[in-house]
Amino acid sequence: MGEVFGLIDCNNFYVSCERVFRPDLEGRPVIVLSNNDGCAVSRSAEARPWVAMGDPVFKIRDIIKRENIAVFSSNYALYGSLSEKVTSTLLSMVPTIETYSIDESFLNLGEFGEREVEPLARELRDRVHRWVGIPTCVGIAPTKTLAKVANFIAKKRPQYAGVCDLRSASVRAELLPTVPVDEVWGIGGASAAKLAKLGVQTAADLAALNPDDARALMTVTGGRTVYELRGISCLPLELMEPTRKGIAVTRSFGAPVISWQTMREAIASYATRAAEKMRRYKVAAENIFVFMHTSTFNNDPFYSNGASARFVETTNDTGEVVALAMRLGERLWRDGFRYSKCGVMITELLPETIRQPALWGELDRDRREQAWKVMDKLNATLGRDTVRILGGGPKDAAWKLKAEHRSPRWTTRWDELPKVTAR
Amino acid sequence: MSLQLVEWTTNWPLVLPYFDGSVPAGFPSPAEDYLETPLDLHDFLIDNKAATFLMRVDGDSMRDAGILDGDLLVVDRAAKPDNGCVVVVAVNGEYTVKRLRRGPDCVWLEPANPRYQPIRVSIGEDLHVFGVVKHAIHTLR
Repeated sequence: MGEVFGLIDCNNFYVSCERVFRPDLEGRPVIVLSNNDGCAVSRSAEARPWVAMGDPVFKIRDIIKRENIAVFSSNYALYGSLSEKVTSTLLSMVPTIETYSIDESFLNLGEFGEREVEPLARELRDRVHRWVGIPTCVGIAPTKTLAKVANFIAKKRPQYAGVCDLRSASVRAELLPTVPVDEVWGIGGASAAKLAKLGVQTAADLAALNPDDARALMTVTGGRTVYELRGISCLPLELMEPTRKGIAVTRSFGAPVISWQTMREAIASYATRAAEKMRRYKVAAENIFVFMHTSTFNNDPFYSNGASARFVETTNDTGEVVALAMRLGERLWRDGFRYSKCGVMITELLPETIRQPALWGELDRDRREQAWKVMDKLNATLGRDTVRILGGGPKDAAWKLKAEHRSPRWTTRWDELPKVTAR
Repeated sequence: MSLQLVEWTTNWPLVLPYFDGSVPAGFPSPAEDYLETPLDLHDFLIDNKAATFLMRVDGDSMRDAGILDGDLLVVDRAAKPDNGCVVVVAVNGEYTVKRLRRGPDCVWLEPANPRYQPIRVSIGEDLHVFGVVKHAIHTLR
């Protein structure tokens, strides 16, 4: 009857994705950069001694050259497609899984015999590696929090060969004291500091803490974490897609924006993207928030501002979303600053079927909806931004993200498929 | 940054209609009782979607096996690389397409064109097979 959770996660996922179609990168240090080519967000084992997580790229240029590190911009089309293949592979062996992030899934292993679980986990790792080419690690435990801990151990210690099983209390007693408390799921730096004052330094210390004290210190989730570490499951698999609470399209600019014309293009294209997303999730906006600010990392004069407004009636109509976003942007804009970022956020989402019609509807909504649907379809078929509203500016605008080292979208574009030599 | 996955299966409708002709409303169609799902090329080309990748051929070393320059390859990573099958394999850090022949103490990677030489891989040497080529799709231009 006891529950058994698995947590499978892909080893430095973005780097592993880059290697699938590039056998020459095997054994070579590889890093992948965040949006806008800012900092390192994924590092191969060979790159770890030289590059720290989050190192800004301008700081490590010399090391990159010296160590011959291969550098890639984020290629989300590729990562998304391989993530989906990993998920399908998992489903070929485990019927119930919860996709937790692009590179992690919780597995329900309670349906398998006690002795089958560990061999199954090994077979699963093997299969993901064979079918998709991505290396993974698996943690097994009676609770989700412990499965995360087990996964951490499997990743850090080669003797486990990628699978760590924490189902037995005696094994937990032996291993939990070796795991630092800030590696426990949900324990951030602030909580870890509070816990350190009480002498709680390891996962074992936290499991021994009185749950009431943990709750007092770190709200109800803290109390739950203590129970979970003791092997009492409080967090079931979440199999339902949570309804989206909000949509945000915010990005740093590739180059500082100094003219209102350029800022308009950015706001219009972000608003366009937000409206597309709403239509995809079949939700509509009640209000919209727009912000813009200058950089805090250099000595530019600082300016930051944001404003929100309500729609006359809920909408996911690109034209309306863009128009209101522009009006807000106009109000926020101040000449003479070098803007580094702007964003469009929608906080209140309602199902698109719920309409509060305005007293005086001026728009022919049905016809407009048809038009946006056609635009979405064309863009889905022919590639993003094939059909765009005019206000969004040219495709190669300077404010668009830097992605100077992006690999081909090997799996999602006909004209970017991998070449196989026959020579 | 949002994630937009363009899944090629969903925007590549390979559906071939099997039944043509409009039916006047109110008149029962004689085919009604025989309606079947249209044929889908995926069923023929792809055994295992998760493990299948598409690649493009560059060169003519597999000409006599019917794999020509510019062809589209359907490569299955779940299939076992048996003796005699055509595989995509890493040679000197790049993927190349060859026929796999098992010898007594080695594996041969054979081209299918007399102008090219087979490659011998000793047992114990690293052999990185990407996947098994299931189909070469050749478009007549």
